[in-house]
Amino acid sequence: MIGVISYLVFFATTASILAIAVLGLNLQWGNTGLFNGGVVAFFGAGAYATLILGGTPQAGHLGGFELFYPLALLGGMAAAGLLAWIVGLLTLRLRHDYLAIATFGVAVAFENLMRNAEWLAGGAKGVRGFERPLREALGDGFLYNLLFFAVVLVILIATYLFLERLVASPFGRLLRAIREDEEAAQSLGKNPTKIRLTAFVTGSVILGLAGGLYGTFYAFVSPQDVLPTLTFQIWAMLIVGGAGNNRGAIFGAFLIWGAWTASGWALSRFAPVEAQLYTGSVQFILIGSVIVGMLMWRPQGLLPEKLVVSQRGKTPLVKQGV
Amino acid sequence: MPDAILQAKGVTAGYVPDLPILKDVSITARAGQVTLIIGPNGAGKSTLIKAIAGLVQMSAGQIAFDGGDITGIRPDQLAQHGISYVPQTDNIFRSLTIRQNLDLALRGARGDAAATLARLFDQFPALAAKHRDKAGTLSGGQRQFLAIAMALASAPKLILMDEPSAGLSPKAAQEVLEHARALTEQGVSILLVEQNVNQALRLADHCYILAEGRNQVDGSAADLLGDSIVGEIYLGGRRVGAA
Repeated sequence: MIGVISYLVFFATTASILAIAVLGLNLQWGNTGLFNGGVVAFFGAGAYATLILGGTPQAGHLGGFELFYPLALLGGMAAAGLLAWIVGLLTLRLRHDYLAIATFGVAVAFENLMRNAEWLAGGAKGVRGFERPLREALGDGFLYNLLFFAVVLVILIATYLFLERLVASPFGRLLRAIREDEEAAQSLGKNPTKIRLTAFVTGSVILGLAGGLYGTFYAFVSPQDVLPTLTFQIWAMLIVGGAGNNRGAIFGAFLIWGAWTASGWALSRFAPVEAQLYTGSVQFILIGSVIVGMLMWRPQGLLPEKLVVSQRGKTPLVKQGV
Repeated sequence: MPDAILQAKGVTAGYVPDLPILKDVSITARAGQVTLIIGPNGAGKSTLIKAIAGLVQMSAGQIAFDGGDITGIRPDQLAQHGISYVPQTDNIFRSLTIRQNLDLALRGARGDAAATLARLFDQFPALAAKHRDKAGTLSGGQRQFLAIAMALASAPKLILMDEPSAGLSPKAAQEVLEHARALTEQGVSILLVEQNVNQALRLADHCYILAEGRNQVDGSAADLLGDSIVGEIYLGGRRVGAA
Protein backbone atom coordinates (compact mmCIF):
# COMPACT_ATOMS: atom_id res chain seq x y z
CA MET A 1 0.00 0.00 0.00
CA ILE A 2 2.73 2.43 1.01
CA GLY A 3 4.38 1.63 -2.31
CA VAL A 4 1.29 2.74 -4.21
CA ILE A 5 0.95 5.94 -2.15
CA SER A 6 4.62 6.62 -2.57
CA TYR A 7 4.27 6.21 -6.33
CA LEU A 8 1.20 8.46 -6.39
CA VAL A 9 3.15 11.16 -4.56
CA PHE A 10 5.97 10.78 -7.07
CA PHE A 11 3.50 10.93 -9.97
CA ALA A 12 1.65 13.94 -8.54
CA THR A 13 4.90 15.82 -7.91
CA THR A 14 6.11 15.35 -11.46
CA ALA A 15 2.67 16.16 -12.90
CA SER A 16 2.45 19.32 -10.74
CA ILE A 17 5.89 20.49 -11.87
CA LEU A 18 4.86 19.91 -15.47
CA ALA A 19 1.57 21.72 -14.80
CA ILE A 20 3.57 24.80 -13.76
CA ALA A 21 5.47 24.57 -17.04
CA VAL A 22 2.21 24.23 -18.98
CA LEU A 23 0.89 27.34 -17.22
CA GLY A 24 3.98 29.22 -18.43
CA LEU A 25 3.39 28.05 -21.99
CA ASN A 26 -0.29 28.91 -21.68
CA LEU A 27 0.61 32.53 -20.92
CA GLN A 28 2.73 32.60 -24.07
CA TRP A 29 0.54 30.66 -26.48
CA GLY A 30 -2.93 30.49 -24.93
CA ASN A 31 -3.10 34.13 -23.89
CA THR A 32 -0.68 35.90 -26.21
CA GLY A 33 -0.45 33.66 -29.29
CA LEU A 34 3.34 33.22 -29.12
CA PHE A 35 4.31 29.85 -30.61
CA ASN A 36 7.23 28.84 -28.42
CA GLY A 37 8.68 25.73 -30.03
CA GLY A 38 11.62 25.73 -27.65
CA VAL A 39 9.87 25.31 -24.32
CA VAL A 40 12.53 22.94 -23.08
CA ALA A 41 15.31 25.53 -23.38
CA PHE A 42 13.70 27.77 -20.78
CA PHE A 43 12.72 24.82 -18.61
CA GLY A 44 16.30 23.59 -18.88
CA ALA A 45 17.80 27.01 -18.15
CA GLY A 46 15.85 27.03 -14.88
CA ALA A 47 16.93 23.50 -13.99
CA TYR A 48 20.60 23.96 -14.83
CA ALA A 49 20.92 27.37 -13.19
CA THR A 50 19.17 26.25 -10.00
CA LEU A 51 21.47 23.26 -9.61
CA ILE A 52 24.64 25.16 -10.53
CA LEU A 53 23.81 28.03 -8.16
CA GLY A 54 22.67 25.80 -5.29
CA GLY A 55 25.18 22.96 -5.72
CA THR A 56 28.44 22.11 -3.98
CA PRO A 57 31.83 22.71 -5.64
CA GLN A 58 32.58 20.37 -8.53
CA ALA A 59 35.91 19.97 -10.25
CA GLY A 60 34.39 19.11 -13.62
CA HIS A 61 32.07 22.05 -14.21
CA LEU A 62 30.89 25.45 -13.08
CA GLY A 63 29.25 25.47 -9.69
CA GLY A 64 30.00 25.49 -6.03
CA PHE A 65 28.06 28.62 -5.24
CA GLU A 66 25.99 26.82 -2.58
CA LEU A 67 23.35 29.53 -2.53
CA PHE A 68 20.46 29.33 -0.08
CA TYR A 69 17.91 27.19 -1.96
CA PRO A 70 15.19 29.82 -2.57
CA LEU A 71 17.86 32.11 -4.00
CA ALA A 72 19.14 29.33 -6.24
CA LEU A 73 15.60 28.73 -7.47
CA LEU A 74 15.12 32.45 -8.08
CA GLY A 75 18.42 32.39 -9.95
CA GLY A 76 17.06 29.58 -12.11
CA MET A 77 13.98 31.63 -12.90
CA ALA A 78 16.13 34.66 -13.67
CA ALA A 79 18.33 32.60 -16.00
CA ALA A 80 15.27 31.42 -17.92
CA GLY A 81 13.97 35.00 -18.04
CA LEU A 82 17.31 36.33 -19.27
CA LEU A 83 17.48 33.68 -21.99
CA ALA A 84 13.90 34.53 -23.00
CA TRP A 85 14.70 38.24 -23.11
CA ILE A 86 17.67 37.68 -25.43
CA VAL A 87 15.78 35.19 -27.60
CA GLY A 88 12.70 37.42 -27.56
CA LEU A 89 14.59 40.50 -28.73
CA LEU A 90 15.88 38.48 -31.67
CA THR A 91 12.78 36.51 -32.63
CA LEU A 92 9.58 38.15 -31.45
CA ARG A 93 9.14 40.09 -34.64
CA LEU A 94 8.57 36.73 -36.30
CA ARG A 95 5.07 35.36 -36.56
CA HIS A 96 3.67 31.98 -35.59
CA ASP A 97 5.42 29.24 -37.55
CA TYR A 98 8.62 31.25 -38.00
CA LEU A 99 8.75 31.98 -34.29
CA ALA A 100 8.20 28.27 -33.60
CA ILE A 101 11.09 27.30 -35.89
CA ALA A 102 13.40 29.93 -34.39
CA THR A 103 12.63 28.94 -30.80
CA PHE A 104 12.93 25.25 -31.65
CA GLY A 105 16.39 26.04 -32.97
CA VAL A 106 17.22 27.80 -29.71
CA ALA A 107 16.20 24.68 -27.77
CA VAL A 108 18.36 22.42 -29.94
CA ALA A 109 21.27 24.83 -29.53
CA PHE A 110 20.70 24.85 -25.76
CA GLU A 111 20.75 21.06 -25.58
CA ASN A 112 23.91 20.90 -27.68
CA LEU A 113 25.59 23.54 -25.55
CA MET A 114 24.77 21.62 -22.39
CA ARG A 115 25.96 18.38 -23.98
CA ASN A 116 29.27 19.75 -25.20
CA ALA A 117 30.29 22.52 -22.80
CA GLU A 118 31.62 20.32 -20.01
CA TRP A 119 33.18 23.27 -18.18
CA LEU A 120 29.74 24.85 -17.90
CA ALA A 121 27.34 22.10 -16.91
CA GLY A 122 29.20 18.80 -16.92
CA GLY A 123 28.47 17.91 -20.55
CA ALA A 124 26.75 14.58 -21.15
CA LYS A 125 27.31 13.57 -17.51
CA GLY A 126 25.11 16.41 -16.29
CA VAL A 127 25.27 18.65 -13.23
CA ARG A 128 26.38 16.88 -10.12
CA GLY A 129 26.81 17.85 -6.49
CA PHE A 130 23.36 19.25 -5.74
CA GLU A 131 21.84 18.33 -2.40
CA ARG A 132 18.08 18.62 -2.07
CA PRO A 133 17.19 21.27 0.54
CA LEU A 134 16.54 19.96 4.08
CA ARG A 135 17.59 16.50 2.99
CA GLU A 136 19.79 16.07 6.06
CA ALA A 137 16.88 16.83 8.38
CA LEU A 138 14.20 14.85 6.58
CA GLY A 139 16.14 12.08 4.87
CA ASP A 140 15.47 10.78 1.38
CA GLY A 141 12.32 8.79 2.05
CA PHE A 142 8.59 9.10 1.72
CA LEU A 143 8.28 12.01 4.20
CA TYR A 144 10.66 14.12 2.16
CA ASN A 145 8.83 13.39 -1.06
CA LEU A 146 5.48 14.14 0.56
CA LEU A 147 6.70 17.50 1.86
CA PHE A 148 8.32 18.34 -1.44
CA PHE A 149 5.04 17.56 -3.19
CA ALA A 150 3.28 19.91 -0.74
CA VAL A 151 5.74 22.68 -1.59
CA VAL A 152 5.30 22.08 -5.35
CA LEU A 153 1.53 22.08 -4.94
CA VAL A 154 1.62 25.41 -3.09
CA ILE A 155 3.80 26.87 -5.86
CA LEU A 156 1.43 25.48 -8.51
CA ILE A 157 -1.58 27.06 -6.79
CA ALA A 158 0.26 30.37 -6.34
CA THR A 159 1.26 30.37 -10.03
CA TYR A 160 -2.30 29.58 -11.05
CA LEU A 161 -3.73 32.40 -8.90
CA PHE A 162 -1.13 34.85 -10.19
CA LEU A 163 -1.95 34.00 -13.78
CA GLU A 164 -5.70 34.13 -13.21
CA ARG A 165 -5.31 37.66 -11.83
CA LEU A 166 -3.04 38.59 -14.68
CA VAL A 167 -5.47 37.32 -17.32
CA ALA A 168 -8.37 39.22 -15.74
CA SER A 169 -6.36 42.43 -15.49
CA PRO A 170 -6.18 45.11 -18.20
CA PHE A 171 -2.78 43.71 -19.14
CA GLY A 172 -4.35 40.29 -19.66
CA ARG A 173 -6.93 41.80 -22.00
CA LEU A 174 -4.13 43.51 -23.86
CA LEU A 175 -2.40 40.15 -24.33
CA ARG A 176 -5.55 38.66 -25.81
CA ALA A 177 -6.03 41.71 -27.98
CA ILE A 178 -2.55 41.30 -29.42
CA ARG A 179 -3.16 37.58 -29.87
CA GLU A 180 -6.29 38.36 -31.89
CA ASP A 181 -5.08 41.26 -33.98
CA GLU A 182 -1.76 42.96 -33.62
CA GLU A 183 -2.55 45.66 -36.18
CA ALA A 184 -5.75 46.66 -34.41
CA ALA A 185 -3.90 46.79 -31.09
CA GLN A 186 -1.25 49.01 -32.66
CA SER A 187 -3.94 51.31 -33.97
CA LEU A 188 -5.05 51.82 -30.36
CA GLY A 189 -1.58 53.00 -29.38
CA LYS A 190 -0.32 49.70 -27.97
CA ASN A 191 3.22 48.51 -28.63
CA PRO A 192 2.87 44.80 -29.49
CA THR A 193 6.60 44.07 -29.54
CA LYS A 194 7.06 45.29 -25.98
CA ILE A 195 3.97 43.49 -24.73
CA ARG A 196 4.83 40.25 -26.53
CA LEU A 197 8.33 40.40 -25.02
CA THR A 198 6.89 40.93 -21.53
CA ALA A 199 4.59 37.92 -21.93
CA PHE A 200 7.36 35.80 -23.43
CA VAL A 201 9.76 36.58 -20.58
CA THR A 202 7.10 36.10 -17.87
CA GLY A 203 6.02 32.76 -19.35
CA SER A 204 9.64 31.66 -19.60
CA VAL A 205 10.33 32.64 -15.98
CA ILE A 206 7.47 30.30 -15.03
CA LEU A 207 8.97 27.60 -17.26
CA GLY A 208 12.28 28.22 -15.48
CA LEU A 209 10.55 27.84 -12.12
CA ALA A 210 9.19 24.47 -13.23
CA GLY A 211 12.65 23.49 -14.47
CA GLY A 212 14.23 24.52 -11.17
CA LEU A 213 11.75 22.39 -9.22
CA TYR A 214 12.29 19.49 -11.61
CA GLY A 215 16.05 19.68 -11.13
CA THR A 216 15.59 19.92 -7.38
CA PHE A 217 13.27 16.90 -7.31
CA TYR A 218 15.78 14.69 -9.09
CA ALA A 219 18.85 16.55 -7.69
CA PHE A 220 20.32 16.12 -11.14
CA VAL A 221 19.93 17.42 -14.66
CA SER A 222 21.61 16.33 -17.85
CA PRO A 223 21.13 16.91 -21.60
CA GLN A 224 18.75 13.92 -21.60
CA ASP A 225 16.32 16.09 -19.60
CA VAL A 226 16.26 18.85 -22.20
CA LEU A 227 15.44 16.87 -25.32
CA PRO A 228 12.69 18.12 -27.69
CA THR A 229 10.53 15.31 -26.24
CA LEU A 230 9.68 17.50 -23.29
CA THR A 231 8.60 20.38 -25.51
CA PHE A 232 6.32 17.96 -27.33
CA GLN A 233 4.84 16.66 -24.05
CA ILE A 234 4.19 20.13 -22.62
CA TRP A 235 2.51 21.23 -25.86
CA ALA A 236 0.37 18.07 -25.82
CA MET A 237 -0.72 18.89 -22.28
CA LEU A 238 -1.79 22.40 -23.26
CA ILE A 239 -3.59 21.39 -26.46
CA VAL A 240 -5.49 18.59 -24.77
CA GLY A 241 -6.30 20.58 -21.62
CA GLY A 242 -7.36 23.74 -23.44
CA ALA A 243 -5.16 26.63 -24.54
CA GLY A 244 -6.16 29.92 -22.95
CA ASN A 245 -7.62 28.26 -19.86
CA ASN A 246 -5.32 27.89 -16.84
CA ARG A 247 -7.44 25.14 -15.35
CA GLY A 248 -7.31 23.35 -18.67
CA ALA A 249 -3.52 23.67 -18.64
CA ILE A 250 -3.29 21.99 -15.23
CA PHE A 251 -5.88 19.35 -16.14
CA GLY A 252 -4.04 18.59 -19.38
CA ALA A 253 -0.73 18.21 -17.51
CA PHE A 254 -2.15 15.59 -15.16
CA LEU A 255 -4.09 13.83 -17.92
CA ILE A 256 -1.24 13.56 -20.42
CA TRP A 257 1.33 12.69 -17.79
CA GLY A 258 -1.08 10.02 -16.52
CA ALA A 259 -1.58 8.70 -20.04
CA TRP A 260 2.16 8.79 -20.67
CA THR A 261 3.07 6.84 -17.53
CA ALA A 262 0.10 4.46 -17.86
CA SER A 263 0.96 3.66 -21.46
CA GLY A 264 4.59 3.03 -20.46
CA TRP A 265 3.44 0.71 -17.71
CA ALA A 266 0.94 -1.09 -19.93
CA LEU A 267 3.45 -1.59 -22.72
CA SER A 268 6.09 -2.93 -20.34
CA ARG A 269 3.55 -5.30 -18.85
CA PHE A 270 1.59 -6.54 -21.85
CA ALA A 271 3.62 -5.93 -24.98
CA PRO A 272 5.85 -8.73 -26.32
CA VAL A 273 9.41 -8.54 -25.01
CA GLU A 274 10.88 -7.70 -28.43
CA ALA A 275 8.33 -4.85 -28.81
CA GLN A 276 9.29 -3.36 -25.46
CA LEU A 277 12.42 -1.99 -27.04
CA TYR A 278 10.13 0.41 -28.83
CA THR A 279 8.05 1.45 -25.83
CA GLY A 280 9.17 5.07 -26.05
CA SER A 281 8.34 5.28 -29.74
CA VAL A 282 4.92 3.72 -29.21
CA GLN A 283 4.22 6.25 -26.46
CA PHE A 284 5.05 9.05 -28.88
CA ILE A 285 2.70 7.61 -31.47
CA LEU A 286 -0.08 7.38 -28.88
CA ILE A 287 0.40 10.94 -27.61
CA GLY A 288 0.79 12.23 -31.16
CA SER A 289 -2.47 10.55 -32.10
CA VAL A 290 -4.18 12.17 -29.12
CA ILE A 291 -2.93 15.61 -30.25
CA VAL A 292 -4.05 15.07 -33.84
CA GLY A 293 -7.42 13.79 -32.66
CA MET A 294 -7.91 16.76 -30.36
CA LEU A 295 -6.95 19.24 -33.05
CA MET A 296 -9.39 17.64 -35.46
CA TRP A 297 -12.39 17.13 -33.23
CA ARG A 298 -11.97 19.46 -30.27
CA PRO A 299 -9.31 22.06 -31.08
CA GLN A 300 -10.36 24.23 -28.17
CA GLY A 301 -9.27 21.44 -25.74
CA LEU A 302 -11.20 19.67 -22.99
CA LEU A 303 -11.59 22.86 -20.93
CA PRO A 304 -11.93 25.68 -23.49
CA GLU A 305 -10.99 29.27 -22.87
CA LYS A 306 -13.64 31.20 -21.00
CA LEU A 307 -14.62 34.80 -21.44
CA VAL A 308 -13.12 36.83 -18.62
CA VAL A 309 -15.26 39.70 -17.43
CA SER A 310 -13.32 42.24 -15.44
CA GLN A 311 -14.56 43.77 -12.23
CA ARG A 312 -14.97 47.04 -14.10
CA GLY A 313 -16.93 45.24 -16.74
CA LYS A 314 -19.35 43.96 -14.11
CA THR A 315 -20.14 47.45 -12.89
CA PRO A 316 -23.58 48.42 -14.11
CA LEU A 317 -23.75 51.46 -16.29
CA VAL A 318 -26.16 53.55 -14.28
CA LYS A 319 -26.21 56.29 -16.84
CA GLN A 320 -27.26 53.90 -19.56
CA GLY A 321 -29.57 51.89 -17.37
CA VAL A 322 -27.90 48.67 -18.51
CA MET B 1 -10.92 76.52 -47.49
CA PRO B 2 -10.11 74.88 -44.14
CA ASP B 3 -6.47 74.37 -43.15
CA ALA B 4 -4.70 71.20 -44.11
CA ILE B 5 -4.48 68.80 -41.17
CA LEU B 6 -2.55 66.07 -42.98
CA GLN B 7 -0.34 66.32 -46.01
CA ALA B 8 1.29 63.38 -47.74
CA LYS B 9 3.82 64.40 -50.36
CA GLY B 10 5.50 62.16 -52.92
CA VAL B 11 4.77 58.94 -51.06
CA THR B 12 6.42 55.89 -52.56
CA ALA B 13 5.81 52.73 -50.58
CA GLY B 14 5.19 48.99 -50.88
CA TYR B 15 5.40 45.67 -49.13
CA VAL B 16 8.52 44.41 -50.90
CA PRO B 17 11.70 46.49 -51.40
CA ASP B 18 12.10 47.84 -54.94
CA LEU B 19 8.51 46.93 -55.83
CA PRO B 20 6.50 50.01 -54.85
CA ILE B 21 2.73 49.89 -54.83
CA LEU B 22 2.48 53.67 -54.40
CA LYS B 23 4.49 55.88 -56.71
CA ASP B 24 4.87 59.51 -55.78
CA VAL B 25 1.37 59.90 -54.34
CA SER B 26 0.39 63.19 -52.72
CA ILE B 27 -2.83 64.02 -50.87
CA THR B 28 -4.06 66.65 -48.45
CA ALA B 29 -6.76 66.11 -45.83
CA ARG B 30 -8.40 69.27 -44.51
CA ALA B 31 -9.54 69.95 -40.96
CA GLY B 32 -13.16 69.09 -40.22
CA GLN B 33 -13.71 67.50 -43.61
CA VAL B 34 -14.14 64.01 -45.03
CA THR B 35 -11.36 63.40 -47.53
CA LEU B 36 -12.09 60.42 -49.70
CA ILE B 37 -9.66 58.16 -51.53
CA ILE B 38 -11.14 55.92 -54.20
CA GLY B 39 -9.83 53.88 -57.05
CA PRO B 40 -10.08 50.46 -58.66
CA ASN B 41 -8.78 47.31 -56.97
CA GLY B 42 -5.01 47.39 -56.64
CA ALA B 43 -4.86 51.16 -56.91
CA GLY B 44 -2.98 51.41 -53.62
CA LYS B 45 -5.72 53.03 -51.52
CA SER B 46 -5.25 50.82 -48.48
CA THR B 47 -1.48 50.87 -48.92
CA LEU B 48 -1.58 54.66 -48.78
CA ILE B 49 -3.55 54.73 -45.55
CA LYS B 50 -1.24 52.07 -44.09
CA ALA B 51 1.82 54.05 -45.14
CA ILE B 52 0.41 57.10 -43.36
CA ALA B 53 -0.28 54.92 -40.30
CA GLY B 54 3.27 53.56 -40.30
CA LEU B 55 2.21 50.02 -41.16
CA VAL B 56 3.90 50.03 -44.55
CA GLN B 57 7.41 51.33 -44.93
CA MET B 58 7.88 54.31 -47.22
CA SER B 59 10.90 54.50 -49.49
CA ALA B 60 10.28 58.14 -50.36
CA GLY B 61 7.97 60.96 -49.41
CA GLN B 62 6.92 62.90 -46.39
CA ILE B 63 3.89 62.97 -44.09
CA ALA B 64 3.04 66.12 -42.16
CA PHE B 65 0.28 66.21 -39.58
CA ASP B 66 -0.99 69.26 -37.74
CA GLY B 67 2.17 71.20 -38.47
CA GLY B 68 4.63 68.44 -37.52
CA ASP B 69 6.51 65.81 -39.47
CA ILE B 70 5.28 62.29 -38.74
CA THR B 71 7.11 60.49 -41.56
CA GLY B 72 8.06 56.98 -40.44
CA ILE B 73 5.94 57.11 -37.33
CA ARG B 74 5.39 53.80 -35.48
CA PRO B 75 1.72 52.71 -35.59
CA ASP B 76 1.48 52.59 -31.80
CA GLN B 77 2.53 56.26 -31.66
CA LEU B 78 -0.35 57.48 -33.84
CA ALA B 79 -2.74 57.98 -30.95
CA GLN B 80 -0.24 60.22 -29.12
CA HIS B 81 -0.21 62.50 -32.14
CA GLY B 82 -4.01 62.65 -32.31
CA ILE B 83 -4.56 60.14 -35.10
CA SER B 84 -6.69 57.01 -34.93
CA TYR B 85 -6.63 54.24 -37.48
CA VAL B 86 -9.56 51.91 -38.14
CA PRO B 87 -8.35 48.87 -40.09
CA GLN B 88 -10.55 47.42 -42.81
CA THR B 89 -11.32 44.11 -41.07
CA ASP B 90 -10.33 42.57 -37.76
CA ASN B 91 -10.57 45.97 -36.16
CA ILE B 92 -12.12 44.73 -32.90
CA PHE B 93 -11.19 41.98 -30.46
CA ARG B 94 -13.88 39.34 -30.82
CA SER B 95 -13.15 37.32 -27.68
CA LEU B 96 -13.43 40.41 -25.46
CA THR B 97 -16.71 42.02 -24.48
CA ILE B 98 -17.72 45.35 -25.97
CA ARG B 99 -16.91 47.00 -22.69
CA GLN B 100 -13.50 45.36 -22.53
CA ASN B 101 -12.76 46.48 -26.09
CA LEU B 102 -13.55 50.05 -25.08
CA ASP B 103 -11.61 49.73 -21.81
CA LEU B 104 -8.63 48.61 -23.82
CA ALA B 105 -8.91 51.61 -26.12
CA LEU B 106 -9.37 53.96 -23.18
CA ARG B 107 -6.35 52.63 -21.28
CA GLY B 108 -3.63 55.22 -21.60
CA ALA B 109 -5.86 57.61 -23.51
CA ARG B 110 -6.04 61.27 -22.56
CA GLY B 111 -8.84 62.57 -20.32
CA ASP B 112 -11.24 61.00 -17.86
CA ALA B 113 -11.82 57.41 -18.99
CA ALA B 114 -15.19 57.04 -17.24
CA ALA B 115 -16.53 60.26 -18.77
CA THR B 116 -15.27 59.28 -22.21
CA LEU B 117 -16.86 55.85 -21.87
CA ALA B 118 -20.20 57.39 -20.88
CA ARG B 119 -19.97 59.77 -23.83
CA LEU B 120 -19.20 56.93 -26.23
CA PHE B 121 -22.15 54.92 -24.94
CA ASP B 122 -24.33 58.00 -25.42
CA GLN B 123 -23.10 58.23 -28.96
CA PHE B 124 -23.51 54.50 -29.66
CA PRO B 125 -26.53 53.34 -27.64
CA ALA B 126 -26.63 49.96 -29.40
CA LEU B 127 -23.18 49.23 -27.98
CA ALA B 128 -24.22 50.32 -24.50
CA ALA B 129 -27.14 47.91 -24.58
CA LYS B 130 -24.82 45.02 -25.38
CA HIS B 131 -21.77 46.11 -23.43
CA ARG B 132 -21.33 42.73 -21.72
CA ASP B 133 -21.64 40.70 -24.92
CA LYS B 134 -18.64 39.37 -26.75
CA ALA B 135 -17.72 41.68 -29.59
CA GLY B 136 -17.62 38.64 -31.87
CA THR B 137 -21.41 38.35 -31.54
CA LEU B 138 -22.04 41.79 -33.07
CA SER B 139 -23.35 42.26 -36.60
CA GLY B 140 -20.99 43.66 -39.23
CA GLY B 141 -22.36 47.20 -38.89
CA GLN B 142 -22.21 47.13 -35.10
CA ARG B 143 -18.63 45.91 -35.27
CA GLN B 144 -17.74 48.92 -37.37
CA PHE B 145 -19.47 51.19 -34.86
CA LEU B 146 -17.45 49.56 -32.08
CA ALA B 147 -14.27 50.06 -34.09
CA ILE B 148 -15.17 53.73 -34.60
CA ALA B 149 -16.00 54.12 -30.89
CA MET B 150 -12.61 52.62 -30.04
CA ALA B 151 -10.94 55.02 -32.45
CA LEU B 152 -12.73 57.94 -30.76
CA ALA B 153 -11.51 56.86 -27.30
CA SER B 154 -8.22 58.69 -27.73
CA ALA B 155 -10.00 61.93 -28.75
CA PRO B 156 -8.31 62.06 -32.17
CA LYS B 157 -8.14 65.02 -34.51
CA LEU B 158 -8.01 62.72 -37.53
CA ILE B 159 -9.37 59.22 -38.12
CA LEU B 160 -7.96 57.07 -40.91
CA MET B 161 -10.71 54.71 -42.04
CA ASP B 162 -9.94 51.83 -44.37
CA GLU B 163 -13.12 50.72 -46.18
CA PRO B 164 -15.47 50.79 -43.18
CA SER B 165 -18.35 49.59 -45.36
CA ALA B 166 -16.53 46.47 -46.59
CA GLY B 167 -18.72 43.42 -46.26
CA LEU B 168 -21.75 45.35 -44.97
CA SER B 169 -25.27 45.43 -46.35
CA PRO B 170 -26.09 48.63 -48.28
CA LYS B 171 -28.20 49.87 -45.35
CA ALA B 172 -25.51 49.17 -42.75
CA ALA B 173 -22.87 50.67 -45.04
CA GLN B 174 -24.93 53.82 -45.38
CA GLU B 175 -25.33 54.10 -41.59
CA VAL B 176 -21.62 53.67 -40.99
CA LEU B 177 -20.68 56.22 -43.66
CA GLU B 178 -23.24 58.70 -42.37
CA HIS B 179 -21.81 58.31 -38.91
CA ALA B 180 -18.34 58.98 -40.26
CA ARG B 181 -19.70 62.17 -41.83
CA ALA B 182 -21.35 63.17 -38.54
CA LEU B 183 -18.01 62.92 -36.75
CA THR B 184 -16.80 66.00 -38.65
CA GLU B 185 -19.42 68.01 -36.76
CA GLN B 186 -17.46 67.14 -33.58
CA GLY B 187 -14.34 68.62 -35.19
CA VAL B 188 -12.85 65.27 -36.18
CA SER B 189 -11.35 65.05 -39.66
CA ILE B 190 -11.76 61.86 -41.64
CA LEU B 191 -9.48 60.33 -44.25
CA LEU B 192 -11.63 57.66 -45.82
CA VAL B 193 -10.75 54.87 -48.21
CA GLU B 194 -13.86 53.41 -49.82
CA GLN B 195 -15.08 51.07 -52.56
CA ASN B 196 -18.69 52.25 -52.30
CA VAL B 197 -17.97 55.14 -54.61
CA ASN B 198 -21.41 56.69 -55.00
CA GLN B 199 -22.32 56.50 -51.34
CA ALA B 200 -18.93 57.83 -50.27
CA LEU B 201 -18.86 60.69 -52.79
CA ARG B 202 -22.23 61.90 -51.50
CA LEU B 203 -20.87 62.48 -48.00
CA ALA B 204 -17.26 63.44 -48.69
CA ASP B 205 -15.93 66.97 -49.16
CA HIS B 206 -12.92 66.25 -51.32
CA CYS B 207 -11.88 63.20 -53.26
CA TYR B 208 -8.67 61.74 -54.65
CA ILE B 209 -8.78 59.02 -57.27
CA LEU B 210 -5.82 56.66 -57.45
CA ALA B 211 -5.05 54.07 -60.08
CA GLU B 212 -2.01 51.88 -60.48
CA GLY B 213 -0.45 53.45 -57.41
CA ARG B 214 -0.53 57.01 -58.74
CA ASN B 215 -2.64 60.11 -58.33
CA GLN B 216 -5.13 60.35 -61.17
CA VAL B 217 -7.68 63.03 -60.41
CA ASP B 218 -8.74 65.03 -57.41
CA GLY B 219 -11.46 67.52 -56.80
CA SER B 220 -14.55 68.34 -54.88
CA ALA B 221 -16.62 65.23 -54.17
CA ALA B 222 -19.77 66.98 -55.42
CA ASP B 223 -18.10 67.72 -58.75
CA LEU B 224 -16.74 64.22 -59.18
CA LEU B 225 -20.07 62.61 -58.32
CA GLY B 226 -21.49 63.34 -61.75
CA ASP B 227 -18.23 63.24 -63.66
CA SER B 228 -17.78 60.42 -66.15
CA ILE B 229 -14.04 60.36 -65.44
CA VAL B 230 -14.70 58.33 -62.30
CA GLY B 231 -16.27 55.51 -64.26
CA GLU B 232 -13.60 55.73 -66.93
CA ILE B 233 -10.81 55.35 -64.43
CA TYR B 234 -12.58 52.47 -62.72
CA LEU B 235 -12.99 50.71 -66.04
CA GLY B 236 -9.37 51.36 -66.89
CA GLY B 237 -10.21 53.34 -70.01
CA ARG B 238 -8.57 56.61 -69.08
CA ARG B 239 -5.44 57.58 -67.21
CA VAL B 240 -4.41 61.01 -66.13
CA GLY B 241 -0.75 61.47 -65.41
CA ALA B 242 0.07 57.78 -65.51
CA ALA B 243 3.62 56.86 -66.41
